[in-house]
Amino acid sequence: MCWSVPGKVVRVEGNKAIVEVAGVKKDAALDLLNDVKVGEYVLIHAGYALQKVDEKSAKFTIKFFKGIRD
Amino acid sequence: MIKYIDEYRDTKLCLSLAERIRAISKKPLNIMEVCGGHTMSIRKNGIQKMVGKHIKFISGPGCPVCVTAISDIDKAIKLAENKNTVICTFGDLFNVPGSISSLAKERASGADVRVVYSAHDALEFSKIEPSRRFVFLGIGFETTAPTVAASILEAAKENVDNYFVLALNKTMPGALRAVLDDKDSKVNALILPGHVSAITGLGMYSFLKDDLKISGCVSGFEPADMLSAVYILVEAHEAGRVILENAYRRAVKDEGNTKALGIMNEVFEPCHVEWRGIGMIPGSGLKIKNKYEKFDADKNFNVTVTRSKENKACLCGEILRGAKTPADCKLFGKACTPENPMGACMVSSEGTCAAWFRYSE
Repeated sequence: MCWSVPGKVVRVEGNKAIVEVAGVKKDAALDLLNDVKVGEYVLIHAGYALQKVDEKSAKFTIKFFKGIRD
Repeated sequence: MIKYIDEYRDTKLCLSLAERIRAISKKPLNIMEVCGGHTMSIRKNGIQKMVGKHIKFISGPGCPVCVTAISDIDKAIKLAENKNTVICTFGDLFNVPGSISSLAKERASGADVRVVYSAHDALEFSKIEPSRRFVFLGIGFETTAPTVAASILEAAKENVDNYFVLALNKTMPGALRAVLDDKDSKVNALILPGHVSAITGLGMYSFLKDDLKISGCVSGFEPADMLSAVYILVEAHEAGRVILENAYRRAVKDEGNTKALGIMNEVFEPCHVEWRGIGMIPGSGLKIKNKYEKFDADKNFNVTVTRSKENKACLCGEILRGAKTPADCKLFGKACTPENPMGACMVSSEGTCAAWFRYSE
């Protein structure tokens, strides 16, 4: 139930973002986050944007994976 | 290519991570994956088989539907009996059997039970039909509780007086302590829930390392995320170190989501609550503060249920504590299937029994 999917913010309308997940556009309420901008990725859970996805950390994680592998 | 998903499903990467885990894993290690989403990922991706013979995964209590007390299901069913009341629920709870009925059966008998995607949707329904009472069943852990709280704040702001919440939300730390304090617990390390931690941050887990001397690692839900968390735990275990780590940094900050926590704490306060399979855990529930009591279904409707009854043959309770597995249950896969579930662990899409059934070996 704590599933959450990352999606790209394509529009912000007041307290709501339109977020694209795998080509599907969904509404996400922005009550729980500040300063959400078009182009950013957010995790969506139960109709709300839960957290921003941090690009730097995502890249670092992939590097870490490759470090373990090598 | 789906950004932030596909790169964490890369087959070659996953296979090589698993190979590294097998190479360093020498001592037995029992890892509890706390979250039901992690249980699904382990079963779906065959991770148990990938990591070698020394590592055993034990499913934890992190499926909100599964740990909802049967008396609370009965209470929701009782509320649904009133013709002027509309019950709004997440889909997972819809088919969970109570003592004698389920919300699905009540709807088939004429009750107005609606499956919604969010608390916000339930609130929107209540605005469309102001003459009826809408009760949202607020289940879920720290991930979901802020969304329920946000819906209550919105209802307060807009003076909605026909929207109510049956507050059944729970918090993780007390349940972890209860499971790990069990004298029969065989857990050496924990994969900590990713999206609960996205809200709470890492601070609430410090007791694991400091008091219980048990390692924990926050993980994402894709197979490479899971395998890297396992690697981190195995490496520490082999070196005899106790760690608290975060392997899901793209979503989990050390401090969590402070705005969401603020909203949750504005509306809710801790209370003692019954967990199915575990029992009463002090301070592990969230009740609506007096300030927002006009939205509290419990206070406004005063519904009482007669003594609730569990199915005695169902092992959900033991499975939720990690004491048994679905393979130990006589009902599993025979009398109890996703089409005809006897217990909550088979109903929820992320229940341990459902995961074992769907991805059986």
